[in-house]
Amino acid sequence: MSYRFALAGNPNSGKTTLFNSLTGNNAHVGNWPGVTVERKEGKCKKTSENIMIVDLPGIYSLSPYTPEEIVARDFLTLDRPDAIINIVDATNIERNLYLTTQLLELGIPTIIALNMMDELELRGDKIDIINLEKQLGVPVVPITASKNQGITELLEKALSLELGHDLTHKNALNNSKICDTIQTISDLLTANGYSNTLYNAIKLMEKDEKIKDTLKLSPSLNLAVDKAVAQAEHQTGQEIEMMIADLRYKYITESISKFVQKGRKEGDLTFSDKIDKIVTHRILGLPIFFLIMYLVFQVAVGTIGAWVVDPFSAFLTETLPNVATEFLTWAGASEVTQGLVVGGIITGLGNILSFLPQIILLFLCLSVLEDIGYMSRVAFVMDRLFQYFGLSGKAFVPLLMGYGCSVPAIMATRTLEDEKSRRLAITLMPFMSCSARLPVYAVFAGSFFAAHQGLIVFSLYSLGIIVAMLSCLLLNKTVLKGDAAPFVMELPPYRIPTLKATTLHTWEKAKGYVIKVGTVLLTMSVAIWFLQTFNFSLQMVDDSSKSIFGVIGGAISPIFAWNGFGYIKDTGAVHWQIGAALLTGLIAKEAVVSTLGILYINQGTEELTGALSTALQTHFTPLAAFSVMVFVLLYVPCFAAIATAKKELNSWKWTLFTIAYQCGTAWLISMVVYQAGHFLGIGLA
Amino acid sequence: MMVSLKELKPNESGIITSIGGTRPIRRRLMDMGITPGARIIMRKVAPLGDPIEINIRGYELSIRKAEADQITVER
Repeated sequence: MSYRFALAGNPNSGKTTLFNSLTGNNAHVGNWPGVTVERKEGKCKKTSENIMIVDLPGIYSLSPYTPEEIVARDFLTLDRPDAIINIVDATNIERNLYLTTQLLELGIPTIIALNMMDELELRGDKIDIINLEKQLGVPVVPITASKNQGITELLEKALSLELGHDLTHKNALNNSKICDTIQTISDLLTANGYSNTLYNAIKLMEKDEKIKDTLKLSPSLNLAVDKAVAQAEHQTGQEIEMMIADLRYKYITESISKFVQKGRKEGDLTFSDKIDKIVTHRILGLPIFFLIMYLVFQVAVGTIGAWVVDPFSAFLTETLPNVATEFLTWAGASEVTQGLVVGGIITGLGNILSFLPQIILLFLCLSVLEDIGYMSRVAFVMDRLFQYFGLSGKAFVPLLMGYGCSVPAIMATRTLEDEKSRRLAITLMPFMSCSARLPVYAVFAGSFFAAHQGLIVFSLYSLGIIVAMLSCLLLNKTVLKGDAAPFVMELPPYRIPTLKATTLHTWEKAKGYVIKVGTVLLTMSVAIWFLQTFNFSLQMVDDSSKSIFGVIGGAISPIFAWNGFGYIKDTGAVHWQIGAALLTGLIAKEAVVSTLGILYINQGTEELTGALSTALQTHFTPLAAFSVMVFVLLYVPCFAAIATAKKELNSWKWTLFTIAYQCGTAWLISMVVYQAGHFLGIGLA
Repeated sequence: MMVSLKELKPNESGIITSIGGTRPIRRRLMDMGITPGARIIMRKVAPLGDPIEINIRGYELSIRKAEADQITVER
């Protein structure tokens, strides 16, 4: 037999860690809400039975607010897994069991995995598991998912559940004032052929619109249900929805609290609280935040980064092409083969791969901050500022992820509650400079501003933030009017990141980058080499400005006349190479560098050893180079990001708007920067 | 004395008596454990003056002052 088990629980309760432990996968784990945005499936490797484990996004209740919570609820109620493994954070048991009381009403076989037992012990708390199990009426297995403890037992007990059957679990709302009403509605539903009636009855009482739509009650049944609810509200004098939430918590505190023994007094400061005293301090909070961000950029793109990158880069862009040329000449390869291998493949990929160390460093820093739990503190510290721009501090986490890659970042906007905030965040996302742009900055800043490389890159990142803020104000006043979203956010305890988790996490992202370089960009490099070597009649050309690419690039370059890079600096000829490079940047931003590498270095006018920097210096003034960087910072990240945005926005109109907005902004700001610099006479020589 | 949650000083605690506000946000607050009868501890105010951090049912939660103003507590 094959079964499907769903992992359900609160955000931050350790679902993904348990998922990894059961399936042997290396899914991304982070210590802040909203890491799992879509459900993930994996085959359980710890048993010979055929079991698919489904990792759901974290939810606080079965009344969804965000799109990711809807994913979780729809899977549980519509797809109905054969069993639910409800993961409960033992250190936060009261609130975690609130979801449990709702899950049990679904009538699906359920087992509780009481996680983080190690932390519980550290706190000096104790839980009487035998009696807790009796009270809840389902098996409870203590585990520590991060240390792989209790997993075998959990799985054994889960397999001994009555899998695939509809069961009646204990109901938290039994013996309450509204118990009779629940029964009445439940009976009505049963009589009309509905299944899963307990859950549906309670949801109908809570006036859940989505359930009403799915059930499609007949008008007479609808009327009968409404009457029963109105009667109950009249009798109790309270709003049923609120009463149900209240009853659930009362049930938990009254029946569970006697099995939990706290080592500390309520409200006593934990280790996390003590760290928070400093990190989110009224006065120190902001300076600490800026210091951390500054350190991240110093490590990734500043002095420390350069220390790792330089020798690596020299090898890939100088030593390797030279050795390859010598070898091919010795082997008697034709000029075309040499051009393809050295000019197309090695130069193209080498220029991009040479920035891999920097990207790994950036990912490493972000991973550590995520795993520690600093991200939600950032949301807490920054919320007031975001409110001013019509967003909530929660938008900070997706926007910060945008520094890694826009694609997961756009997906992460699902943690935002309302449509308006999501649209705003998705439109602004590209202004958060993704790591694929780093190679472009590194090569331009390295060639023109070697002494102040860190500062220049920092100024670009800051400019991105400023443009994002101004866009927020503008869009809020025009196309996205409305109130700011409310802000209700858990601050999870700080956790020391394990070496394993951080390395895995960084490796996952770096692997994604290498795969992208290896597949998309390799094809691109070869294609660009082809397009710049042949003309429209497919004849080899000596002057690549007459090539296919030269013609297309030449046609779009004049658009950038006011931006300072539409024409080559001294000669004033149409700068077709940059037009072509920006175009390939739409496929992947890294390609801007590889395209320039191929286009300049293979012209025959430059020596290979002179490499890209020299070529750039002959084509751009420093000010024009900065203007290019500004344009690259702000225009649409790549096709993958556009596709993701289309999926998340679910509207072509909005997607086209974001594309137009981003390209327009990029052109305008880069033009203003260039013209201002030109007026002041900066960087023209 | 009945006051709004917003008026509690850092480290002061109170028992929740009622929750106002519009329906979806009120429901969200209750889902997070802010229900009548529960003890709530004011932890601190964020560096820029909003939101606030509270301790409820043994965990830390952050809400804005606008929401906190809708929650009445018995000091």
